Amino acid sequence: MTTETAASINDNPLIIAGKTYQSRLLVGTGKYKDNEETRQAIETSGAEIITIAVRRTNIGQNPDEPNLLDILPPDQYTLLPNTAGCYTTEDAVRTCRLARELLDGHSLVKLEVLGDEKTLFPDITATLEAAEILVKDGFDVMVYTSDDPLIAKRLEDIGCAAVMPLAAPIGSGLGIRNPYNILTIVENANVPIIVDAGVGTASDAAIAMELGCDGILMNTAIAAAQNPPLMASAMKKAIEGGREAFLAGRMPRKRFASASSPIEGLFF
Amino acid sequence: MNISINGEQRTLEDKLSLQQLISILGLENKRLAIEVNQEIVPRSEHASYTLKQDDKVEIVQAIGGG
Repeated sequence: MTTETAASINDNPLIIAGKTYQSRLLVGTGKYKDNEETRQAIETSGAEIITIAVRRTNIGQNPDEPNLLDILPPDQYTLLPNTAGCYTTEDAVRTCRLARELLDGHSLVKLEVLGDEKTLFPDITATLEAAEILVKDGFDVMVYTSDDPLIAKRLEDIGCAAVMPLAAPIGSGLGIRNPYNILTIVENANVPIIVDAGVGTASDAAIAMELGCDGILMNTAIAAAQNPPLMASAMKKAIEGGREAFLAGRMPRKRFASASSPIEGLFF
Repeated sequence: MNISINGEQRTLEDKLSLQQLISILGLENKRLAIEVNQEIVPRSEHASYTLKQDDKVEIVQAIGGG
């Protein structure tokens, strides 16, 4: 399937917490119309890491309702339980421990501690605190954070398995708002840097990958597209294209033109 | 005895095990995680765990999310 291009030869696979992944697209499972649309979009995306949320079971209401884990079997995907909706360290840690029980000791989690409902920006102090507790408790923590390079480094130093700066507010689709910060984070990092949140369309994903990010985690950009499976396919290609462009090394930007055809041998 | 299940008050017979509660709720063989009074009760202990008056039970599952 893979053609032996220079790009594929030179690329290292994405490794998170000791496990190797072929796909650099990570997707969420929220906001889809139904389970079937979720399944189609996720299959088309080629993603191997899928985020899920942990919520109260509906008691006494349709116990035969299909479970998300029936359509996304844990043996086929790496499930990434998130702490979305948590505004305190305690809630985030509690959610991760429940997720570990739910998934039979699975230690990979996505930590996000939110600070504000309007922006859904992370509460950095609580995020750092929760990350320390979870790492000590044996979790492999993929952490959602702001695009602050100093905080990204501190989260890495705490022992997070991946650092995931936002590109723009969650669900905003505004694209990479601060490419230079993302670039600085990537250049400083010794763990995978995954852009999490803010991507709106395929070109945004390509830009993030061209900056050297190791992957992108997105949900709304696919789920809120008019045709989610088609957008999932577009994102897959954009991430592959952006990654290859990063590895290839882009040409320098020049202010003025430079002819593509030789000047030598003109016959007029 | 009265216990709270996912925030709702229920009156149930005394000395029920967690496993019996799961079966009363029709949730057998579902992938769930359970806390009683904010402490996780591992799946392996559901059968031996006896509920008591005023326990607060939280039953959670995986759903779609970003």
